[in-house]
Amino acid sequence: MTMHQISHHLTDSLLMAYAADALPEAFSLTVATHISMCDECRARLGAFESLGGAVLERSEAVAMAEDSLSATLARIRGGAPVRDRPAPPRKARGVLPAPLRDYVGGDLDAVRWRPIGMGVKQAILPTSREASARLLYIPAGAAVPDHGHRGTELTLVLQGAFVDETDRFGPGDIEVADEDMHHMPVADIGDDCICLAATDAPLRFRGMIPRLAQPFLRI
Amino acid sequence: MIAVRDTRDEAAFARLFEHFAPRVKAFLMRSGADATLAEECAQETMVTLWHKAHLFDPARASVATWIFTIARNRRIDALRRQKRPEPEDLPWGPEPEPNQADALALQQESEHLGEALAALPEKQRVLIEKAYFGDLTHSEIAAETGLPLGTIKSRIRLALDRLRHAMK
Repeated sequence: MTMHQISHHLTDSLLMAYAADALPEAFSLTVATHISMCDECRARLGAFESLGGAVLERSEAVAMAEDSLSATLARIRGGAPVRDRPAPPRKARGVLPAPLRDYVGGDLDAVRWRPIGMGVKQAILPTSREASARLLYIPAGAAVPDHGHRGTELTLVLQGAFVDETDRFGPGDIEVADEDMHHMPVADIGDDCICLAATDAPLRFRGMIPRLAQPFLRI
Repeated sequence: MIAVRDTRDEAAFARLFEHFAPRVKAFLMRSGADATLAEECAQETMVTLWHKAHLFDPARASVATWIFTIARNRRIDALRRQKRPEPEDLPWGPEPEPNQADALALQQESEHLGEALAALPEKQRVLIEKAYFGDLTHSEIAAETGLPLGTIKSRIRLALDRLRHAMK
């Protein structure tokens, strides 16, 4: 699936937190989407899951109930239903990797965009309240207002590219921004840019008007 | 595990159960489940292991790691944790039999990783265990891992090299 050399990857702490299941849903979604596009981070996740395996292996055993094994074998023979999501059928490749398609209910054409000004559009995805995730559509050459962060913000490029003070980010690249960072992402001139952005705190805009607009935009 | 996968061997399953079920139960209790829920959930984990045995690939995960990922998913349901979206499955190459050398190398690397974890100073080891038991948030992991990961980072890197190789 790698169509572009991905040069901005997940941090060790995000991968370990995802392996340990310590992330809010919006962050897990963003990490899972990046890994769907990035074989290197998929392998790195495997290494952090190995650490989870080592923790399990070293756990001090707790005695099982007396009839535990026979009860388990009975459940196997009885074909007790395994409550597990079946693997989704593989669909024709679109722009959105499978984890995102599950939240959108389809590929890009199923996204319900809402304009938020200057040609920029967003679609908020349904996740738990601890953090929010949204798709952003930034027309070629347009900018998202200069903003800082109170928490952590992950921005994953799905199509096109954006440039900010730190670097250029193309398809599959992920930017991990913390509270010290002020940036103004500008979409590359070549193509409209579509990103998945997740944050665990409301964004803070520097200008007066965006700040007033913030409660209405829910960003 | 291979006997369970390839010949549905119940005696082999019983040995896996004896070793892993009590550890899965402990893992779930450390994660906040009471003994009854942990028992139920550990049994479910082992039932899932049996039913999904055909998906086990020793070149990609040790048995302990594979069981850890199953138990992690059971924990989400049992403790009503937030949803955890999974990455899209990779279309693995046309390789019906996983490479034996890759599998052996990964098993050895997993053992070394376990030994390295055991050899950590207690404070660091406890932090890593807390992370996997679900007691730390991402920002706590970000603030703490620089420290304990330091000494086992080379082991994680070697495990990663094996996985990279197996995925090619």
